[in-house]
Amino acid sequence: MSFRDSPIGDIKVPLTWSAGAALVIAFVIAGALLLTHQHDMTRPGAYDGARRAIDEVAGPVGGVISAPIRWVDGVAGDVSDYFDAASQNRQLKAELVQARGWRDQLVALQVENARLRAVLGIRTDPPLPHVAADTVADVHGPFANTRLANVGSDQGVTEGNPVVSEHGLVGRVVGVTSDVSRVMLLTDVDSHTPVTLLRTNGRAILSGDGGGSPKLDYVRSAQAIREGDRVMTSGDGGVFPRGLPVGTVVKGSDGAWRVALDSDAAPIDYVQILLFTNFSQIANAQALAPKDLPTAMTEEPSQSIVGPIAGPTSPKPASASPEPAKPSPATPAKRTTAAAPATRPHAVASRAARPPLSATTTVGAAGD
Amino acid sequence: MTSQGISASRALNPLGWLVAPMVLCVIATVLLAAPIRILGQALPQPVFPLALAFAWPLIRPSLVPPFALLVMGLFLDLFWGGPPGLWPLCLLAAYAGVLALRRLITGNDFVFVWAWYAAATLVAFGVGFLAMAMRSGVAPNLLAVGWQYVWTAALFPFADRLIRRFEDADVRFR
Repeated sequence: MSFRDSPIGDIKVPLTWSAGAALVIAFVIAGALLLTHQHDMTRPGAYDGARRAIDEVAGPVGGVISAPIRWVDGVAGDVSDYFDAASQNRQLKAELVQARGWRDQLVALQVENARLRAVLGIRTDPPLPHVAADTVADVHGPFANTRLANVGSDQGVTEGNPVVSEHGLVGRVVGVTSDVSRVMLLTDVDSHTPVTLLRTNGRAILSGDGGGSPKLDYVRSAQAIREGDRVMTSGDGGVFPRGLPVGTVVKGSDGAWRVALDSDAAPIDYVQILLFTNFSQIANAQALAPKDLPTAMTEEPSQSIVGPIAGPTSPKPASASPEPAKPSPATPAKRTTAAAPATRPHAVASRAARPPLSATTTVGAAGD
Repeated sequence: MTSQGISASRALNPLGWLVAPMVLCVIATVLLAAPIRILGQALPQPVFPLALAFAWPLIRPSLVPPFALLVMGLFLDLFWGGPPGLWPLCLLAAYAGVLALRRLITGNDFVFVWAWYAAATLVAFGVGFLAMAMRSGVAPNLLAVGWQYVWTAALFPFADRLIRRFEDADVRFR
């Protein structure tokens, strides 16, 4: 006798009820995940094993998917360029004439700038190393705006590294595997970036909301903000180096001040990941190290100390700063100097431990 | 029992109505995440599993779909980089609504069912909007939400095809 013909087979299982029970259990699991899991992707530990595993797979898959499309796009661009060659030539000639004038002005300004810096004794920030990458996946939904780049910890990328395109700031790295990095865009709901208005030097926080143009929150400026104001990273908080171009202020349809991002000027196919972690990296740690300190010895330190320790070794000036955790971005070198006794050896060690980057070149850290 | 009766009461093949659509949704989601712009516009990114959340309770109530939707939602969260649990909650909210109203929805015209699908999608996006606003303290951009909603609502033919293919497979649940 088959199961269906038996008396048990006639029992009508209330599947709607059991489906409802399964639904409740699934709801509880989902709710618990949402409530308990570290949400903010910018915090350490948010990039867990599951995300890492998905990105490890999604990176190469995205690369395979996008490769032929890039090729077709490139061929189409070549064909288009061929037919537009004459008009492009005319346009480029006109731009060249204009650029020559700018070049002369630039040289004159560079000379003047260098002379004034020398007079004032300003120490410029050293260039930052960076690594180039292709983006292989693009997520632009209302609840998440991220990209996958095809470089990772093997190329020296770490969480927190700023990401720029040829036009401006794109976002920052929030997760790294050996070969893939997840980049959180400025438009992501979790993205909050300290910025400055170039015209007024006013400060603000650029907050993503899933739309194309992030909002300007907490605007602090003596002068009124205006449409068309240029926006750059302020360097506050030490997340981004100062002076990276971000975009232009626009008035949103909701009445809020927003920023039209420079990086939207072209597809973000190729990006540069700045190997920047904090301002102690910008400061030249070796040059800042006190040179008259004795070498640390394990036996009888009194024998190796040849003279009294002078003023430069005193850590007091650092602790005298009222807000050591919130440095002024205008004086990163001074702040780093103040924090030097604690941070310098670690910074040197971490840089020395980093593997050599064959594809690494340098880029200016600050826009000044 | 006639052969027709046996055929009418046959069990659904899980591979056909559960696994295969899930795989298709994953593939479609990954394909549309390619960093491509057509005429300057990025590819649309509809929430493909919402079609499953609508179709599955109409085909038949079952123990498996809620957990399958949980898995699909987690995949979306991890692949898209959102908070884990967000999309499972959205998908399950839509599934719950359709499961509760399945007697009203089944057997209606194409356009009428599409309207129900649009309503279920609206519920899912509403849950997502509220969850994100409460978690992040930032209300997601309504235009961005609306844009993804429109593309997701346009997926109804996919859900309809799935329903038509399997709704008559087991007459006990009509």
